[in-house]
Amino acid sequence: MSNSKILANGVDVYYGSKQALFGISMDIKEKEVTALIGPSGCGKSTFLRCINRMNDLIDICKVSGSIKVDNEEIISEKTDVVSLRSKIGMVFQKPNPFPKSIFDNVAYGPTIHGLVDSKNDLEEIVHSSLKKAGLFDEVKDRLNEPGTSLSGGQQQRLCIARAIAVNPEIILMDEPCSALDPIATAIIEELIDELRLNYTIIIVTHSMQQAARVSQKTCFFHLGELIETGETNKIFTNPDNTKTQDYITGRFG
Amino acid sequence: MNNSVAKEKIISLRKKRSLEDMRFKYYGFTAMCLSLAVLVFLLYTIFSKGYTAFQKTIVLLEVDYNQEVLKLTPDSSVEEMEKGKFFRVKKQAIENFFPDLSKSDIKLVKKLFSINVDNEIKDYFLDNPEVINTKQQIWVTAHSDVDQLLKGNSRRDVPEDRRKLNDIQLSYVDQLVEEKRVKQVFNNFFFTKADSRHPEIAGVAGSFMGSLFTLFTVFILSFPIAIGASVYLEEFAPKNRITELIEVNISNLAAVPSIVFGLLGLGVLLNVFGLPRSTPLVGGSVLALMTLPTIIIACRASLKAVPPSIKEGALAVGATKTQAVFHHVVPLALPGTLTGTIIGLAQALGETAPLIMIGMIAFIPNIPTGLTEPSAALPVQIYLWVESAERGFQEKSAAAIMVILIFLFMMNAIAVFLRNRFERKW
Repeated sequence: MSNSKILANGVDVYYGSKQALFGISMDIKEKEVTALIGPSGCGKSTFLRCINRMNDLIDICKVSGSIKVDNEEIISEKTDVVSLRSKIGMVFQKPNPFPKSIFDNVAYGPTIHGLVDSKNDLEEIVHSSLKKAGLFDEVKDRLNEPGTSLSGGQQQRLCIARAIAVNPEIILMDEPCSALDPIATAIIEELIDELRLNYTIIIVTHSMQQAARVSQKTCFFHLGELIETGETNKIFTNPDNTKTQDYITGRFG
Repeated sequence: MNNSVAKEKIISLRKKRSLEDMRFKYYGFTAMCLSLAVLVFLLYTIFSKGYTAFQKTIVLLEVDYNQEVLKLTPDSSVEEMEKGKFFRVKKQAIENFFPDLSKSDIKLVKKLFSINVDNEIKDYFLDNPEVINTKQQIWVTAHSDVDQLLKGNSRRDVPEDRRKLNDIQLSYVDQLVEEKRVKQVFNNFFFTKADSRHPEIAGVAGSFMGSLFTLFTVFILSFPIAIGASVYLEEFAPKNRITELIEVNISNLAAVPSIVFGLLGLGVLLNVFGLPRSTPLVGGSVLALMTLPTIIIACRASLKAVPPSIKEGALAVGATKTQAVFHHVVPLALPGTLTGTIIGLAQALGETAPLIMIGMIAFIPNIPTGLTEPSAALPVQIYLWVESAERGFQEKSAAAIMVILIFLFMMNAIAVFLRNRFERKW
């Protein structure tokens, strides 16, 4: 249980000349939920997007330092970004299903990776992914309807199913519940709890209650620095750092 | 006290602001009404001048298909019939058109008929070979001068020497009208024939086909190039000085006068590469160059409008950049791209100047059947007809404008249809 899945060491991120992250070092364990918390603009999303190299999309973004996933360096020119991303799924802040049918949304990943040989296999992957995302019962009769016709919470679970379908080991979640109502949030949180058995999950969240509810480890970011990291219980009851204390008690942020 | 003054000020300001609102609304409304009035006036002028072109005047002519005159027998084969002496039959028919015509009268009568009458007499015979050695009453096309007179386009109260038809001819026409030997019917020639020196048998079919071939060339050349260029610039190109320069120059190209592209076609396509002059291939290539920037700009705008979250979603499940772009971004941008393309094509359809430069202004009396045959195009045809002195061409040019407007209207309708059909919400 205590194997390191992701090992970050001295990660600096620059947006142009502005430095957004200062020497982040972090050790993320396998099959745990790690929550990244902190006030807006503290760099937690930036760090998350370093792990699957999503920052490549931003031209002015420069990443240095070292992040190892399963002991393999990923901050390098030689990294195969496509295979990295198939190993690390991502769920975004705003649900972003493709404007295609529910089935096609989930089937897209397995199809492009060639994970399936037959239509039956594909159907099985789609069904099992939807089941794992807790959406199957709600949509099993309308798999051909567009994914965008679902409610916000359902769309987000569809995005989770889409991420699961390529059989990743890690799932990154960037404020997955910020656009959802409390009921949909509760369902997703429950889902995260189940997914923890099979996946390593890193979740960025603005809600401290959510972090407390779903995560085992919590990392507190402030102004681009990692202030404190530790067991969630400890961070929320007895943090070492006064800044953490101030933030979780609502004195700033 | 102070408080109430401030309140009054606020209230008067508020009144002023809502008045401003109202004024602006009326400005806008007036502007819209004005432009609508201009449009209605324009359409009314075109229609009122042009609708008569859709009718032609025909005259009842008694033709004697005598086998001696035709130099045919009832057993002649079709090839022999093709070579029958129909001009002699026509001559005879005209000589007997009115009783007791003198030689000079016959000349005048002859001018009441279209040059095409020979063909019409022949075609009637080829369709009904059994009429040999019988007299047939057939309706043949009248000369444009008669046509214009009966349509009221040319006036009869001007001095004789300023009229196309002299007094004797006028009396003939009046007699025909009285005897009900003339009538107006739908002008099929306008839609089936190419340009002609004779207004009564000139049509838009040639220039319409020319325009169609030209647009086809434009589409084939510009659509793939524009998609490729805009996808590259929008999704793949590094953002640096060079791409910035290219972007600025694409916008500049969109503003280059079209005649410059015509000169380019003349100088490069015709003189250097030696492509055939006056053809839709060259015209289409020149217009493709001209419409490329328009399409690229529209295409890039619609690519930009696709939310980045869709691309991110695809990349996050491990799609390559190409897959993300071509599976998700391009299909979503397609409606906008197609609309932009059709608008570019519509622009190309109405363009005249570059076509004049590459020689598509030549007089082409037949309908083109391919990209490398000389042909006219609709706007050039309009230009040619407007320039003609013959009165009969005036209604033709107005009618050709109607054709081009309907063509444009249909293209825009297709653009709207495609946009609504393929637009996907996210």
